[in-house]
Amino acid sequence: MSNQPVRRVLEPVSDTGRNGLDYRELLKVSLDSLLANRLRTFLTMLGIIIGVASVVSLMTLGNGASNAITSQFSALGTNVLTIFNGRPNRGPGQSGNIAPLTMSDYKAIARMRLPIVGPVPQFSSSATIAAPVADKSATVLGTTTDYAKVQNITMDTGSFFTDGNVQGASQVVVLGSSLKTYLFGSGEAVGETVRINTLACRVIGVMASKGGGGFGSVDDQALVPITLAHTRLFAARTSDGNLRVSTISLSVINADDIDFTQQRIQMTLRDLRKLKSDGSEDDFNVINQASFLSSLSNITTLLTTFLAAIAGISLLVGGIGIMNIMLVSVTERTKEIGLRRAVGAQSRDILLQFMIEAVVLSLLGGFIGVVLGSILPVALTITGTFNAPVTLNSVIISLSVSLATGLFFGIWPARNAANLNPIQALRHE
Amino acid sequence: MITIEQMTKVYTMGEIEVHALRGVNLTINSGEFVAIMGPSGSGKSTLMNMIGCLDTPTSGRYALDGIEVASLNDNDLSAVRARKLGFVFQQYMLLPRQSALANVEMPMLYRGIESKERARRAQVALELVGMGNRLDHRPNELSGGQQQRVAIARALAGSPSVILADEPTGALDSTTSEEIMYMLKQLNREQKLTIIIVTHESDIAAYADRIVTIRDGVVTTDRKNEVPHV
Repeated sequence: MSNQPVRRVLEPVSDTGRNGLDYRELLKVSLDSLLANRLRTFLTMLGIIIGVASVVSLMTLGNGASNAITSQFSALGTNVLTIFNGRPNRGPGQSGNIAPLTMSDYKAIARMRLPIVGPVPQFSSSATIAAPVADKSATVLGTTTDYAKVQNITMDTGSFFTDGNVQGASQVVVLGSSLKTYLFGSGEAVGETVRINTLACRVIGVMASKGGGGFGSVDDQALVPITLAHTRLFAARTSDGNLRVSTISLSVINADDIDFTQQRIQMTLRDLRKLKSDGSEDDFNVINQASFLSSLSNITTLLTTFLAAIAGISLLVGGIGIMNIMLVSVTERTKEIGLRRAVGAQSRDILLQFMIEAVVLSLLGGFIGVVLGSILPVALTITGTFNAPVTLNSVIISLSVSLATGLFFGIWPARNAANLNPIQALRHE
Repeated sequence: MITIEQMTKVYTMGEIEVHALRGVNLTINSGEFVAIMGPSGSGKSTLMNMIGCLDTPTSGRYALDGIEVASLNDNDLSAVRARKLGFVFQQYMLLPRQSALANVEMPMLYRGIESKERARRAQVALELVGMGNRLDHRPNELSGGQQQRVAIARALAGSPSVILADEPTGALDSTTSEEIMYMLKQLNREQKLTIIIVTHESDIAAYADRIVTIRDGVVTTDRKNEVPHV
């Protein structure tokens, strides 16, 4: 052997006086070790991937569902007040004598000259509607022209009935979109005649679909002038000669006036129904859509949180998976740890190596999980089935939870590894 | 330069005290090739751990290149091991999924040597043990003898004061054992490396210039090997 390599090899190391690894080298050591065991690395990450993916997708879909429900209800009009029969805070089937809601109640509210659109009286009942090729039992709603304004009705074809139709009790009908499809299929309905309980009525319009609007969607209904419903279609007269209505609705022009309007109507109706004198409770309800909407959104938020919490459990299980594999890895790599310690690694170097491995596992798993968890919501949003945008919130929450899991469940195995006695670790079989 | 004076080591195993070393005196100068022999239970492994700065003595003195090792804490011991010692083990102890080059570089990671310099030294060390053409091979692609050569390259790459080999041929057949011992001998002669091997085989010890025998925790014989093998 020549003398050339002698000088090269034995030249003393110009010592930096630095002990241990710097962070870049530590990261490299950890990554090398993760890459050297790709299958183990992947299996460890799988738990975190599934956990994060389910948190992201459930939170996103939950948010989307909640937004969809809320927006469908606000499409019905948040400024709408609805008055109907029955004592407040009681369920259906109430006992006792309750004076029915009638046209006089409607007229009393109309006389108040409140800053509102309406009021609109509604009288609904079930009837058989017969078209030339199909017939169907449906809800027939008698109302006035303002109904279209209060309920934000838009027409698909034809027009809504006019004040003249209402005054003259014209035999005309406006069909909901689903009902029209049932009766006429894709064919033209406007101009056709249908029989409502044998009474021939001309179809003058079809309403645009409003979507699932809760209690009996308008899409399934047939709208007629209330005068026609009262006089020709149904028995609506009360024992004292008044005309019954099912509900009275109105839309408050300025949202700030809702509470005030609600109180005024309540007082007027109590006066009219002589409830004030004997101090008995209301026999009618004034319902405010906005308050209904807010309790609805509370429910959907609760549901989303609940779903996310369930998904969080799988994230926890993923974390325990990391701990499990890290513990096994420490045992499996006891010799490696002993070797590293023997050739000069400080216990801090070992601790950091294992912690960085855990953090890299959980962060990488987290990222993959976010991507996988976003696929379904993004696909649904793009295809227009369902609007569920991935929120930054759900990404941040699930990434930080997975990072925390990795750190938390990585510390114990890492400490075990760092505290191994190098002699015993080297002898470990 | 190693100076050991009146070194004792007592292990407490439950109620029982085990006196592994009972007052060892030993001086090893730079450039020596020393074999430490002894039957199992003689204390030779304990002595090797002491020399290797893997453990500290119960009493007595141990100076390695003037550093009083007996009083060092765990971190300082790590730093001394990184700079002053190169280890060769019976079972090679290579990282299984990493290349020969990466294995040789690994100890230098822990003493702040830049990556380029690490790679250069690792390559030179591998050339020196005749493995210069297998830098990228992984341990499972190498024979036992070749693996041990890589391990020796790992030990000498950082130019330590002492190379400590614990039964370096224990897992090898006799032909390969001879090759490895011959190479260690050459490294000792040509590179002026201080080499201490721990063994219970007299054939292997015969390659050394000096043979120290230990029994029951004390040095019983310490003689020059007038006719070293090869």
